Amino acid sequence: MPLSSHDLAAIRLTLELASLTTLLLLLIGTPIAWWLARTRSRLKGPVGAVVALPLVLPPTVLGFYLLVTMGPHGPVGQFTQSLGLGTLPFTFAGLVVGSVFYSMPFVVQPLQNAFEAIGERPLEVAATLRAGPWDTFFSVVLPLARPGFVTASILGFAHTVGEFGVVLMIGGNIPGVTRTVSVQIFDHVEAMEYAQAHWLAGGMVLFSFFVLLALYSGRRFKPGFN
Amino acid sequence: MNNLSRLFVALGAGLLACSAQAAEVTIAVAANFTAPIKEIAEAFEKETGHKVVTSLGPTGGLYTQIKNGAPFEIFLAADDSTPAKLESEGEIAPGSRFTYAIGKLVLWSPQEGYVDEQGEVLQKNDFKHLSIANPKTAPYGLAATQVLDRLGLSESVRAKLVEGGNITQAYQFVATGNAELGFVALSQVYKDGKITGGSAWMVPDDMYEPIRQDAVILKKGADNPAAQALVDYLKGPQAAKVITAYGYEN
Repeated sequence: MPLSSHDLAAIRLTLELASLTTLLLLLIGTPIAWWLARTRSRLKGPVGAVVALPLVLPPTVLGFYLLVTMGPHGPVGQFTQSLGLGTLPFTFAGLVVGSVFYSMPFVVQPLQNAFEAIGERPLEVAATLRAGPWDTFFSVVLPLARPGFVTASILGFAHTVGEFGVVLMIGGNIPGVTRTVSVQIFDHVEAMEYAQAHWLAGGMVLFSFFVLLALYSGRRFKPGFN
Repeated sequence: MNNLSRLFVALGAGLLACSAQAAEVTIAVAANFTAPIKEIAEAFEKETGHKVVTSLGPTGGLYTQIKNGAPFEIFLAADDSTPAKLESEGEIAPGSRFTYAIGKLVLWSPQEGYVDEQGEVLQKNDFKHLSIANPKTAPYGLAATQVLDRLGLSESVRAKLVEGGNITQAYQFVATGNAELGFVALSQVYKDGKITGGSAWMVPDDMYEPIRQDAVILKKGADNPAAQALVDYLKGPQAAKVITAYGYEN
């Protein structure tokens, strides 16, 4: 077996982190994307820009601010401490919070595109048939935006799996808690254990390729919605 | 020859003379030596007119870059095993390996009075996080685990250890208060003969293997006189003064 128990633990942890992050992002991202798609508010620009920030910011910036704000002297850290939760860096929960910020645009933007592509018409028709807003959302919007949700989930999951800088900066490299695959690869390379690094890194290449393959071949059959 | 062409000849000769004297040397430096090398390079540039281009990084990462054709001419590592490995692989100018600094380990907290001068705070064990550098990849991390072993505390603090990817990050965890204390390089918290802030336990030398930091001239720099000049400068008294002022032994 070329993978050590530490490698396997890192893989399991990464999958858990990516799954939980994707789930949370679908819950948080859907209302944000819906609002961004429908609103005429002047806040649309600023909110959209904030959501997209992680696309352009280096992970070191995000990681640094997370470390400082979630630390014992930071505002978030003081809040979590007052709740008796301690501080978030060096914990799995901290990684989840970091990943939610980091992968946010990869979930919100496909959803927003999908919602925008639906247009006014189906919603108006639903309204004339006396569907309430919730009914409209679940019976009309969700089915029509399904491809958008698929894209958003795949991208959110894959992007979290590929996260490195943020995890490195707030994780503390604790086996089974914050040592993800990308950090484990970094360790192997640093320790000049190239054989182990190859196994994990090669695995990441294959994983990423097949995720993108699934994404792009899926798109071919469902034109229209991003 | 008219005046104009004389001027060009003079200019050309001047340029040639300059390029012969002032060369450029590209160096790769382990992250823990960031501050001293800056000071040393500036003084060296002033004295010789050569230019020093510095790349900072973790020792293992720099090694990988060197093996893959990075344009470095001198390598200042954070350990002695990586330069030795490069030597055995024929990547260095023969006979150029030497120890430029010996690193010192310190247990440090930014809080005044948190770490006592005997390090008994470790025995009390009422902290949540103890930050160290990754012992697998960073010499200071390995030294930290040796100290914990010597104190018989490896088991009791295991669950509280957080690891930085390198010594800079281990320091960052402590400096931001996320870990109450940590084993860091003395050079990170030491300037002009004293600790710059917080509280610290200077770990006695006999509790860990000496952290020898070796330097080498790489093959790419073998024929660059500026590289040899910088190495000579590093071995000289001015550099030694800077190196000890930052808490290394020389």
